Amino acid sequence: MQHLRKGFIALGVAVSIAGLATAIADTDAMNKPTISPKAMADALHLVMDSDRTIYTRTIVNRLVKKDKVIKASEHFEDDKALALPAQMFRFGAELVAKRSEDLPDVNFSYSLQSLWPVNKQNAPKTDVEKAGLKFIAENKGKNYYAEEKLGGTTYFTAIYPDVGVAPVCVSCHNGHKDSPKRDFKLGDVMGGVVIRIPLEG
Amino acid sequence: MPAANAIGQRRLWVVWLTLMSGLVAWLAYSMLESDNKQIFMPGPLTGGHHQIGVACSACHTDPLGGGEVLQQACIDCHGADRKKPFDSHPRSKFKDPRNADRLENIDALVCITCHVEHRPEMTAANGVSQPQDFCFYCHADVGKDRPSHRGMAFNTCNNAGCHNFHNNRALYTDFLIKHLHEPEVLDKPRLPAREFAGMLDEIADYPADRYPVKQLVAEDADAPGVAHLEASGFRDWLETAHARSGVNCSACHVSPGDAGDKRAWNDHPDHRACAVCHDLEVKRFERGKHGMRLAVGLPPMTPAQARLPMKADAGHKQLECNTCHVAHRFDIHQAAVDACLGCHNDKHSLAYKQSAHFQLWKKEVAGEGEPGSGVSCASCHMPRVNFDVSDWMSRVMVEHNQNATLSPNEKMIRPACLHCHGLGFTLDALADRHLVDNNFQGRPTTHVTSMEMAEADEKRAEEETEGLEQN
Repeated sequence: MQHLRKGFIALGVAVSIAGLATAIADTDAMNKPTISPKAMADALHLVMDSDRTIYTRTIVNRLVKKDKVIKASEHFEDDKALALPAQMFRFGAELVAKRSEDLPDVNFSYSLQSLWPVNKQNAPKTDVEKAGLKFIAENKGKNYYAEEKLGGTTYFTAIYPDVGVAPVCVSCHNGHKDSPKRDFKLGDVMGGVVIRIPLEG
Repeated sequence: MPAANAIGQRRLWVVWLTLMSGLVAWLAYSMLESDNKQIFMPGPLTGGHHQIGVACSACHTDPLGGGEVLQQACIDCHGADRKKPFDSHPRSKFKDPRNADRLENIDALVCITCHVEHRPEMTAANGVSQPQDFCFYCHADVGKDRPSHRGMAFNTCNNAGCHNFHNNRALYTDFLIKHLHEPEVLDKPRLPAREFAGMLDEIADYPADRYPVKQLVAEDADAPGVAHLEASGFRDWLETAHARSGVNCSACHVSPGDAGDKRAWNDHPDHRACAVCHDLEVKRFERGKHGMRLAVGLPPMTPAQARLPMKADAGHKQLECNTCHVAHRFDIHQAAVDACLGCHNDKHSLAYKQSAHFQLWKKEVAGEGEPGSGVSCASCHMPRVNFDVSDWMSRVMVEHNQNATLSPNEKMIRPACLHCHGLGFTLDALADRHLVDNNFQGRPTTHVTSMEMAEADEKRAEEETEGLEQN
């Protein structure tokens, strides 16, 4: 009986140690960098693009073009209208920038840019942005990846084509008085999503 | 003799060291423990902060802290005003690595880059201490995209309220175009109505459990010794909104934590009592020049402490809620005009009673004009705005922060002027200093060309579109 009790205690201790070791190993695995910057950028882009596609398709295009019950407007507050998909995307990017300030391990930024921007602040600015936006416009379906140094930090920069998938995208850009290009067609590359991840300080 | 000299020198050293130690100890005590830190004041404060000048710790929350402490102090008071109505230069924009080069020109991440305190010699009336060409650091080539802006001087960006660093969208081109060719006075000029009473169900902290909304009568009054109450005060309460809405005497005279304890009766409840139901109004009051001393724990503001001209016999008044909203009648007509003119003694205030706005106000108060047709001091300086109570709901309330629409005066355009006037007329009137001084008696003698610029821009875009279609 005494032996049996000792055996149980030993077994308990062994299980506890094994459990602790597994937990430590799991924690290590959780924090181990196993994803490349490119894979992370691709994953982020997939989420961003899917969310915006759903907003464009099931909210903006459905209510504006199909059901015709409300307008979408750049001045959505004054016009009591829906925010444009590009605005929804930009507001998300600004909120991410703000919230990630409190998360030291989360460090990336993204923006929507174009060679033909309605808002001139969204024109490419860095050399990589300029080269990347040109590349994705000329090589349909391809992404552009590069490294660049900005403000003393090296970044992995990924640029993904942004295609006019819905009629509202094309009609809005072609009809906007500040748009430098007004002959977009459905399926054209209208701009690009730029994602930046710092590689070193 | 040399020995005597040495002793004398040693004594001097001891005296010097003792004095220095005392001085250091006094300075350390003043900085870390004393309430009075005026000795460290490096220079006079701006008009926006002078009322709270004795409360150094309102901004310098940690005497040993650095710039991050000051930045947080700015955000604590002004953060919400930066978010709404719209911040066109948010911190997130400059945190983006693609704008790293712009940050080298102007550090837009911290408030004190443009709003330095204690430096009146370099601070403009609007509280900005940056040189007037700061827009040009990033927007020097605006003429390329906007032909209408070519040749404009670097210090004209914020003329007539066109561009404001924190809210660049107030007067955007499409907005100007929407308001083109409006008459000076709109067909049905009316100010919005308040909706506090209709929103009680949605005000989470409203004490409806203790004071359900129902008409109270004299017998319901729960003040101890109610028979001794001053007759007019009792009648005022019975005849006005509080008794009509179930707000009994104890709602204001007993703080919520002491409910049921008759010893807790307070003859002179202050703004904290009002905040039990009117929390948002009190918070906004504490953000303005009238209430900001209360917000930092100082005694109330008095007109004697103001930098604007005030009536000499009003200097002693202590600005609490009840100063303007006199208990127990809480007459909004009194609060909207008479309370203001009881203190303010500048040209604009003194001219109000000769203005067309006042004539309309008199008619409304007399019951001859429709509700919302009169224009009081508060109509413009404490307008009824659709205020975002949270991220999820809003309600029309009186903006009790009188600073919110004051400087530059174009901030008044949307919440006040446009309810009654066309935009073009409004821009001209607000830009005319003489007309502002005489409280808008007469017609504008200045002309702001924003409307024409927007119209020309629209025409240019139409011609470009036609050209594209023909090609």
